[in-house]
Amino acid sequence: MRRRRGLAALLGPPLLWLVVAYLGALAVIFATAFWTTDPFTNEVVRSFTLENFKELFSTTYLGIIGRTLLIAALVTLLCIAIAVPFAFFMARVAPRRLRGLLLAAVLVPLWASYLVKAYAWRTMVQPDGVLDSTFGATPGYGFSALVLTLTYLWLPYMVLPVYAAFERLPETHLEASADLGARPLATFRRVVVPSLLPAIAAGSVFTFSLSLGDYIAVQIVGGKLQVLGTAVLQNITLDLPFAAALGTASVLIMVLYLLAVRRTGALENL
Amino acid sequence: MAERTGPAGSGTPAIRLTSLRKEFAGTPPVVAVDDVDLDVRSGEFFSMLGPSGSGKTTVLRMIAGFEEPTSGHIELAGADVTKKQAFDRDVNTVFQDYALFPHMSVAENVEYGLLVKKVSRPERRTRVAEALEQVRLGDHGKRKPSQLSGGQRQRVALARALVNRPTVLLLDEPLGALDLKLREQMQVELKGIQRDVGITFLFVTHDQEEALTLSDRVAVFHAGRIEQVGTAREVYESPASAFVAGFVGTSNLLAGDAARAVIGREGSFAIRPEKLLIAPAGDTQRGDGLMGAEAVLEEVVYGGPVTRYVVALDAGARLTALEQNTGASQAAAHLRRGERVRIQWNPEHVIDVPESASR
Repeated sequence: MRRRRGLAALLGPPLLWLVVAYLGALAVIFATAFWTTDPFTNEVVRSFTLENFKELFSTTYLGIIGRTLLIAALVTLLCIAIAVPFAFFMARVAPRRLRGLLLAAVLVPLWASYLVKAYAWRTMVQPDGVLDSTFGATPGYGFSALVLTLTYLWLPYMVLPVYAAFERLPETHLEASADLGARPLATFRRVVVPSLLPAIAAGSVFTFSLSLGDYIAVQIVGGKLQVLGTAVLQNITLDLPFAAALGTASVLIMVLYLLAVRRTGALENL
Repeated sequence: MAERTGPAGSGTPAIRLTSLRKEFAGTPPVVAVDDVDLDVRSGEFFSMLGPSGSGKTTVLRMIAGFEEPTSGHIELAGADVTKKQAFDRDVNTVFQDYALFPHMSVAENVEYGLLVKKVSRPERRTRVAEALEQVRLGDHGKRKPSQLSGGQRQRVALARALVNRPTVLLLDEPLGALDLKLREQMQVELKGIQRDVGITFLFVTHDQEEALTLSDRVAVFHAGRIEQVGTAREVYESPASAFVAGFVGTSNLLAGDAARAVIGREGSFAIRPEKLLIAPAGDTQRGDGLMGAEAVLEEVVYGGPVTRYVVALDAGARLTALEQNTGASQAAAHLRRGERVRIQWNPEHVIDVPESASR
């Protein structure tokens, strides 16, 4: 009896926090998405309607959702493309000392403010900015600048799990593969990549969801670009129920993504 | 895939090492393998025996292609492979930790070598099935390595290597992780499989008993060099050096004053424990032509089929004697610690041991 009470005391507060702050908030968003606003007063009217979800499927918003998905997918792919060779070098090639330095180089930017980093990229891509004056060309504010900035921001979340996976990969597995006649490329494809997949999937959950939810970087480097995040932001004051519907959409996308990742079996080995 | 006999004929050694040397970086560099010359015959079960750090595993890794020799040459079936990459060599390895790919099923693991060598699917099927049958895992193909026991994983690793029909199979302490019973069982299986497939086995172990039971010939490694190459009997009965005498079997070494007093000659001598007879002091009637010495019994260890006696010679050496517990009238059976005893041996069984192997 005492042990059970102790356990309840230990788990109670965090459980309460989880239920009220996370699930509660989600439930409120979900419920709000079915309400509507009075067009004259902008007050929320608590009557059930599916209008908000219908509007999600209008061309404007389907376009915004599609663009956001594209950005999240591109950022994730770029992060994988950069993180895999980088983590390989860090874990398997670099001498111990350099490895420490590289690990610090990946981790330190995580401690810097998100805003500082986004504005740093603004000065990079702006007309007459660093890129322009150095290379004579800049993508300017917009889609490319946003993908670049988000890739930079979320890269550590991909590098770290992939690095850990490379560290865990036993040397003898690579030797066994070569021993059985596989050339380096075949070893990479058939032995290395499959053992990295869980780590890549884990990293992609971060890069994908963080890109999906971003609404600040896009305002700093995205120019007039509209994504899910900015759409939510604009509707919060004018049409809260519709903003909630947009929020529900991004939650649903993430749930679908997680289910897809789980099907690969990647989450079992986290 | 190359035929085992090859164009050079069956007289060509399966493996020939010439002045093979490996230094690892350091100040000063560490010499792991020190100018080793060795011929392993085709179809032979050959063991490299030695304590850890004696260079035997490094030799194996150089033959497999995982380490590059500092100097020297490696020939496989007559062809120089020193500069070839691991994936270009016609050898396969059974790793100490098995190194099975965890994301593949047992059958996929075994199939791997055939797959990357682009063997056709139907042939892959039959050969994988055969190989699994050979290690008695015919119905385990669909399992993942994590669902198998240690002994089963060991057999998968063996099948994965053998399915490629290599010129030489390299085994790096493959039984090291198994418990004693399983180990003994696997030794028997390993020997049987080698006889069946007729492939040259090069077996690395630090367990002298394992090396003696399994091998046609044994190379004893010490400090990066080979001290002796020979059959199990040769290595055990006539060790070429004090190290071999001590490492292969229990060392009963007589040297210096003790040797002069007991054997009556200068030098170092060894007598195997099972060749020593033990009797109460003053009992000189057992057999003619035996040599003997007076001693004090220091330790009696009963071990089931045998009893181990440790005696301190009056001449100043300590010897171990093993007596079979046959049940026949044994004077030794009633001996107690601290009693005076007489030990005897046939002069034939005194082994002259050079201080170090002649080079």
